[in-house]
Amino acid sequence: MFTLTINGDAREVDVEEGTPLLFVLRDTLGLTGTKYGCGIAQCGACTVLMDGAATRSCQLPVEAVGDSAITTIEAVETDEVGRRVVAAWIENEVPQCGYCQSGQVMAATALLKDTPDPADDDILYGMSNICRCGTYNAIAAAVRQAAKA
Amino acid sequence: MTTSSHTAAGLSRRTFLAGSGAFVLGAALPARVLAEAAGAGEGAAAMAPAPGTRVAAFIEIGADNAVRFLSPFVEGGQGIATGMAQTVGEELDVDPSRITVDYAPPGPDYLVVNGMRLTGGSFSTRSSFPVVRRLGATARDMMLRAAAARLEVDAASLSTSDGVVTHAATGRTLTYGDLAEEAMALTPREDVALRDPAAFRWIGKPVARIDVADKSRGLAKFTIDQVVDGMLFAAVVHAPYYGTEPLSLANAADVKAMPGVHSVHTLPGAVAVTADSWWRARKAVEALDVTWSDPAPSGIDTVAADFSSAAMRAALAASTAEGVSVEAEGDVDAAFAAAAKTVEAEYDAPYLAHAQLEPPSAIARFNADGTLEVWLPNQMPDAFLKLCAEAGGVAPEKVTLHQPMLGGFFGRHFTYGSGNPFPQAIALAKATGRPVKLVWSREEEFKMDAMRPLSFTRFKAAIGADGMPTAITARTVGEGPLGRYFGAAPDSSMVEGITEKPYAIANRAMESVALPHPVNIAFWRSVGHSMNDGFYESFLDEVAEGGGQDPFALRKALLAQSPRHLALLDEVERISGGWKRGPYTVDGTVRARGVAMASPFGSETATIAEVSIADGATKVHHVWVAFDPGSVVNPAIVKRQVESAVALGLSAVLVEQAVYENGQRRDANYDTYQVLRREMMPAVTVSIVESGAPMGGVGEPGLPGVPGAVVNAVAALTGTRVRSLPLANTALSGA
Repeated sequence: MFTLTINGDAREVDVEEGTPLLFVLRDTLGLTGTKYGCGIAQCGACTVLMDGAATRSCQLPVEAVGDSAITTIEAVETDEVGRRVVAAWIENEVPQCGYCQSGQVMAATALLKDTPDPADDDILYGMSNICRCGTYNAIAAAVRQAAKA
Repeated sequence: MTTSSHTAAGLSRRTFLAGSGAFVLGAALPARVLAEAAGAGEGAAAMAPAPGTRVAAFIEIGADNAVRFLSPFVEGGQGIATGMAQTVGEELDVDPSRITVDYAPPGPDYLVVNGMRLTGGSFSTRSSFPVVRRLGATARDMMLRAAAARLEVDAASLSTSDGVVTHAATGRTLTYGDLAEEAMALTPREDVALRDPAAFRWIGKPVARIDVADKSRGLAKFTIDQVVDGMLFAAVVHAPYYGTEPLSLANAADVKAMPGVHSVHTLPGAVAVTADSWWRARKAVEALDVTWSDPAPSGIDTVAADFSSAAMRAALAASTAEGVSVEAEGDVDAAFAAAAKTVEAEYDAPYLAHAQLEPPSAIARFNADGTLEVWLPNQMPDAFLKLCAEAGGVAPEKVTLHQPMLGGFFGRHFTYGSGNPFPQAIALAKATGRPVKLVWSREEEFKMDAMRPLSFTRFKAAIGADGMPTAITARTVGEGPLGRYFGAAPDSSMVEGITEKPYAIANRAMESVALPHPVNIAFWRSVGHSMNDGFYESFLDEVAEGGGQDPFALRKALLAQSPRHLALLDEVERISGGWKRGPYTVDGTVRARGVAMASPFGSETATIAEVSIADGATKVHHVWVAFDPGSVVNPAIVKRQVESAVALGLSAVLVEQAVYENGQRRDANYDTYQVLRREMMPAVTVSIVESGAPMGGVGEPGLPGVPGAVVNAVAALTGTRVRSLPLANTALSGA
């Protein structure tokens, strides 16, 4: 049994050690906005914020979360930066299939919290999430807009 | 290999073949649709009882005036839901942003693609545009007549605006929701007028996509996100060699005792565990100690223990089988006999995975009343329904499909036999008596995904004394998905992009040779065009070089009698700042450009790519595409679709390959299966040219020009002509 802080709430979960946070979120807590893509921290679809930093939840064992605050896409707009990122995503019509975009939004939010006015290279190296639809240029445009908003 | 499991259910071979030409070439739409597309579609004949005519099957209007459109096409990122909302909204007179679009259930009303139903072949908009307009107009007319009866006025005295009927003389208004029940009871008229295109408010405009807000907030629900009360989670491990079977489990009792495990199963070609969470099911199934049957030791008839991509490529190249002519014109032998010079080259492209980000999944539930419900991703509902019925042992009318939007598809979600998880989910639900949600891990998906076929073509060209090509021949060896799944022979999906090129080369002889792959093969975004246009356009640059011609000038010369293609070349030249092949220096890097053209899915493209070389690898800086689909519904979505297709084309030409070694796929996940990442994404400039030609496809046509343009740019820069994709397999040095 672990007690996690998810989107500001304490949540008790009955899972084994070693269970990735991703599947605790999706299958135990029903927070399906965070996506499973690869399971090996390559694609970034499972990105959440852990104490404000982008973290790939598929490779984060539940016991490693400890007291850290986890923010998922479901609560990203409670954060001022996250609210601006989502607004920029919508205005720029970034998503195509949309499956990777929860992770992209979380990665962008973490980037802008750390680097409020990112250069192009900051976006390039700070946003390594895969998008199979190839929305990379739209993502970069939305990040730049959210930074200026 | 090619047993009944490879046959698409729900379609006789004859039925599909009637449509297969249209699937590939866009040339065989029903006469009524073509007539309407040409603007001649008014009158009673246009409303014969047929798919796409029953208003109630497509349009639902609630008492609260909410409007729902049941779409024949699944949304998977291509923007089709928005296009449907624009098109029906335009004629119905409802703002598209107020329309909810859902994927319609299986059934005869929705067979609007040449009497079939599929989301593919870049068919959605072009096949349904007149049909959906007419549905909207017919429904609006029913609203007007219902309002006229209610208000006891002449319908001609009424007007509509965004779902509200107004009687201007008295100021009285009624919403469509107020009228829906009475309106839907009326007999649809067969002669409704369509809106004058000059007065379009939404069609042809960059209307905002209706799905981006939910997708930006993590609210979109894919199949993998679905939950059913009381369900078990299931995970599978497939046989290490495709086609082999589980023989025994050494530790089934130990695995069954693992936390949360419900049951352990063997399935055709796989083992499975059900549990109370997916992670527990996965850990347990991967702990099973399975003895599998042995593959054949050698050969390419099956996926043998020594099967490899390299061996398959060698077999395609070594084939001496007689080919079947797929295009013949003029006298090739005479042209070669008279040639001043000849050029010959061999091209190949690898197997490719779809690598859509959403791993495949399915939920199956047998209900107490004998019905079966299945949640699954699909591009062809009626075929999946029939297969679900067969897998569940129930009659098709007892099956209900739930069909969420797709987390990417690119051709992934047709029926590919063992390449789909739903038969396993159904088998497990039947065995356990519980609803079962089966998710394939990424590793299982990369093991079982049906693949874009590896392909091989040998070209020869004859060049005259003036440096112009006088003849071209091509011999393509292999197998395509239209042949595999629908019996097409010769298989146009093998040779599209080599045949029907627009260039005025008088003597042509193109042939295909059927040599089946032992692996599961698939439709993949732009199908045969995904490799063949690249082969042809690269070889055309070799022909240009052989004749001492500039490749851009040669294309213009060969298209001198084709205004539509010349206009595209002019446009791509304009948006790229004028043709310059290079090498030249920009920002301290030496760069060069390549050009390629393609005519896929009823549309036309001209593409220029600019590249440099860094650390032996190709860096693409900019891709310019002039794109002529005839006419468009949403230019913003079209541009994004072309950019998306460019990205996938770049992925294919630069880095992507699904490799077999020793009978197994080499790459199990994205760490080694390379796909286009952010650092590889160039600037993309798209210019839409609306020539007014019959509407062509959008989702796929942006891809086929990309490989050729990039390979040609690399050749211009390095002097190295890479004929085997991806480029990453060849170490390159910059000029």
